[in-house]
Amino acid sequence: MAKLNLLLLLVLVVCALGLVTSQHKARKLFSELERAQARAREFDVEYGKLQLEASTWGLHTRIERVATGNLGMRVPDARQVRVIDVAGAR
Amino acid sequence: MSAAAPALVRLPVWRARFVMAGLVAAFAVLAGRSLYLQAMQTEFLQEKGEQRYSRVLQVPGTRGRILDRNGEALAISTPVQSVWAIPGDVEASAAQLGRLAALLGTDVRELRRKLADRARDFVYLKRQIAPETAEKVARLGLNGILQHREFRRYYPGGEVTAHLVGFTGVDETGQEGLELAYEKSLGGTPGSRRVIKDRRGHVVEDVGSVQPAQDGHDLVLSIDGKIQSLAYAALKNAVAAHKAKAGALVAIDVRTGEVLALANAPSFNPNNRARLAGGQLRNRALTDEFEPGSTLKPFTVALALESGQLSPGSAVHIGSGGLRIANYTIHDPHPQTVLSVAQVIQKSSNVGAARIALAMRREDMWSMFHRAGFGVSPGLDFPGESAGKLRAADSWRPIEQATMAYGHGISVSLLQLARAYTMFARDGELVPATLLKAGVPAAGTRVLSARTARQVRAMLELAVQPGGTAPRARIMGWRVAGKTGTAHKQENGGYSTEKYIASFVGLAPVSEPRLVVAVMIDEPADGQYFGGVVAAPVFAEVMRGALRALGVPYDAPLEPVPLPDAGDEAREST
Repeated sequence: MAKLNLLLLLVLVVCALGLVTSQHKARKLFSELERAQARAREFDVEYGKLQLEASTWGLHTRIERVATGNLGMRVPDARQVRVIDVAGAR
Repeated sequence: MSAAAPALVRLPVWRARFVMAGLVAAFAVLAGRSLYLQAMQTEFLQEKGEQRYSRVLQVPGTRGRILDRNGEALAISTPVQSVWAIPGDVEASAAQLGRLAALLGTDVRELRRKLADRARDFVYLKRQIAPETAEKVARLGLNGILQHREFRRYYPGGEVTAHLVGFTGVDETGQEGLELAYEKSLGGTPGSRRVIKDRRGHVVEDVGSVQPAQDGHDLVLSIDGKIQSLAYAALKNAVAAHKAKAGALVAIDVRTGEVLALANAPSFNPNNRARLAGGQLRNRALTDEFEPGSTLKPFTVALALESGQLSPGSAVHIGSGGLRIANYTIHDPHPQTVLSVAQVIQKSSNVGAARIALAMRREDMWSMFHRAGFGVSPGLDFPGESAGKLRAADSWRPIEQATMAYGHGISVSLLQLARAYTMFARDGELVPATLLKAGVPAAGTRVLSARTARQVRAMLELAVQPGGTAPRARIMGWRVAGKTGTAHKQENGGYSTEKYIASFVGLAPVSEPRLVVAVMIDEPADGQYFGGVVAAPVFAEVMRGALRALGVPYDAPLEPVPLPDAGDEAREST
């Protein structure tokens, strides 16, 4: 009887230690998850900002201004444009 | 002397019993108390305990973006910080307050005034500042000055798409335009989670169920950013050049019914709405109704052709003294006394259109206008979209039937007008218009026979040839067809003699129509007011750019289109 009790006590101690370590591990993983989620949010924010920046740089009026002003480009005359019929070219 | 043996003193039994009873009673009290706490008060106590370490966090949901058909952003939400204070907790020196005011861009006195009421728990110092500025504020390290995250809506398209997209209020709910119309699907729902926090404020664990935040859905519009910005620029220039009060433009893809461009001038910057007047906010193309004038003549003529009463070559007697109905005379400035039906459209003859209309039953005319979508809501779900005005046929007097033939006594919105012209572009089918990207051809409703639609299209092409009312609508490379309108504005129950609405509705390429573009210029004030002079050039510019952007093959010889001399085009009188 005493032997069984001792064995059970041992099992109990092992279980208790297991619980403590697993709890600790869970907490650590959780904080890692939190950090990862926070980073994901930051990336989200940055993505939004970059999108905003991209659309600001890509404004059609701005592109046109740069193309005609800085690069000296102009819209081609319809006579200078050849329209190729893809189906007919095959 | 003998040593006294220790005497065995018998204590009275009641003393032991007394102590025993005391102990039992004490235990009973303890047991009772613990029973009371555990069983009866447990919820209250647990709640109190959790309050020490658990918190409910709000998880904000992001509002959906609004994109054009090519995925370019027209409205995006980005996080910003709002700075607030607990006035009672603020301890700051004058220098610190000065630095804070400088960062927030506010006046120091204003800041002091806000912080003066120390009884309040919450006061906003500045809402929606850039994250970088917010960080600098945080680095000041002032007690009682706190921040929280909010979202702010940005509109990269600015004034170009302002009327269509609309805008949200400071709390990110739609107030105008599509932001309001699609509030339900755009708006996110915030979620919440209950967490355990440690002493330093770090989240340690989730407890209970987590309610995830629902992000709003993106809204993809039918608008093509390139055509839209071209349309807005052309319209803005025309409104400025002709000193007009306002202008609007609608471009519809004939195959799908998608609205590729919808522009209004004057516009506003939705990112900075400090000075806004009501007139700037109106989406005229959708919410304003106006008497369209001659742009309705093709519908009158189409009805006459459809009923078989007339053919394009039939002669219409115009006469020289105008057409007298009751005590009203309809005039024409053209010298011809006889015109063919095709010429009535080409030269935009009021008398001719009125005579054609008077030969028909008013119920048939009503039915034609009704099936063209006039007087019926276009069903775009846009806030405040106009259905126009089309009175019941049995209330028309003969003079009204005659004037309606050339677009007076009936009101339409510009979008309705553009959509109605799709029936000439699609060989008789009217296509339902949409502001959302469809991408697939839409089924139309047949209003006219293909033959009639083609005949009217040929007449509309005559109208942009030399001798028509709008030679300025032509473009090199593509065949164009369209109709001008020059309508007197209604004023105080009558018609103004000086104020006009100039309009042009047209389609191209004629051989296989792809686009309908409608332009309206309100009150041009530089002396020019004919639709063919004021509105047609805007049409030509937008149509040329749009056809090129869409890669539509040429269907006309590549010869430069000569511009007519000023005032050379046929005049119209309405």
